[in-house]
Amino acid sequence: MPEFSTTREVKTAKGRVPGEVGIWLFVAGDLVVFAVFFIVIALGHVDQAEVFARSRASLDMWVGVLNTLLLLTGSWFVAVGVEKCRTNPSSGVSRYFTLAILCGLGFVANKSFEWGGKISSGINPATNDFFMLFFIFTGIHLLHVLVGIVVVLLIRNTSRRPALGKREMQTIESGATFWHLVDLLWIALFALLYLL
Amino acid sequence: MMMREKNSVCASGANIAWFILVVATGIGWWLGHASQSGGQGERLATAGVIIVAFIKVWIVGFQFMELRHAPRWLRLGYDAWTVVICATLVIICLG
Repeated sequence: MPEFSTTREVKTAKGRVPGEVGIWLFVAGDLVVFAVFFIVIALGHVDQAEVFARSRASLDMWVGVLNTLLLLTGSWFVAVGVEKCRTNPSSGVSRYFTLAILCGLGFVANKSFEWGGKISSGINPATNDFFMLFFIFTGIHLLHVLVGIVVVLLIRNTSRRPALGKREMQTIESGATFWHLVDLLWIALFALLYLL
Repeated sequence: MMMREKNSVCASGANIAWFILVVATGIGWWLGHASQSGGQGERLATAGVIIVAFIKVWIVGFQFMELRHAPRWLRLGYDAWTVVICATLVIICLG
C-alpha cells in the first residue's frame, strides 16, 4: 500500500519510535486485552446467533456511525496538530487539540444518550449475553475515551509552550498515540457490535 | 518555505487517510446491512465487515500513529496483530 504522506523524510533502517517506548508497551497490552474482547463477541455471534441478531437489531446503527465519525475526525485533528507542532509550532496549533477534545466529548454525549435510552427502555447488562458484553466492552472503551480527553488536554497545554523541544514532542506524540488507540479499538468494536 | 511545504504535504497525508477511513465506514455500513439482511451474500458480507474494519484499524496505525516511520519490529508487530485478529474473527464468524 502506498504511503499517504509524500514527505521526503530520510528513513533510517531502524526508523523512529513515535513518542515514548512506554506508551507502546501500554498499546501492546491493550491490543491483547481487546483482542480477547473481540473474540468473545465473535464467539457469541456464533453460539447465540438468534439472541445476538435480535439484540443487535435493537441498536441504532446511526449512533455507532456518528461515534465512529467523531473519533476518526478527532484522530485527524490530533494527527494534523502533532505534525504542525513538529514543523510549524505556533500558538494556533493548540486549536487542533481543542477540536479533538470536542469530538471526544461528542462521543461521550452520544454514548450517554444511547445508554440512557437503552436503560430507560428496560435493557441493561442483565438482559442477555449480548447486552452484557455490549455494556461491559463499550463501558471499558468509554473509560479509554475519558482518559483520552484528559490526555489530549495535557498535550494541548504542552503544545502552547513557547519552545517545543524533544521532550515536549515525545509527550505530545505519546498522548496522540493513546488517542489513536482509542479510535482503532472503537473501529473494531463498532463492526462487531453494530454491523455483524 | 520548505518547512511550510513539508507541513502541508504531511497534513495532506492525514487528509487522505481520513477520507479513506470515512469512505470505508460507509462501505462497512453497507456490508453490515447486507450481512444482517441474510441471503446468498451473507457470509461474504460478514467477512467483508470484519476485513474492512481491520483495514481501517491498520490505516489508523500506519498513518495517524505514524507507524510508517517506526522501526521494523514495531511495524511488523502491529501488522501481525491486525492480520492475526482479523483472520481469527473471520474464521470464527464463518466457521
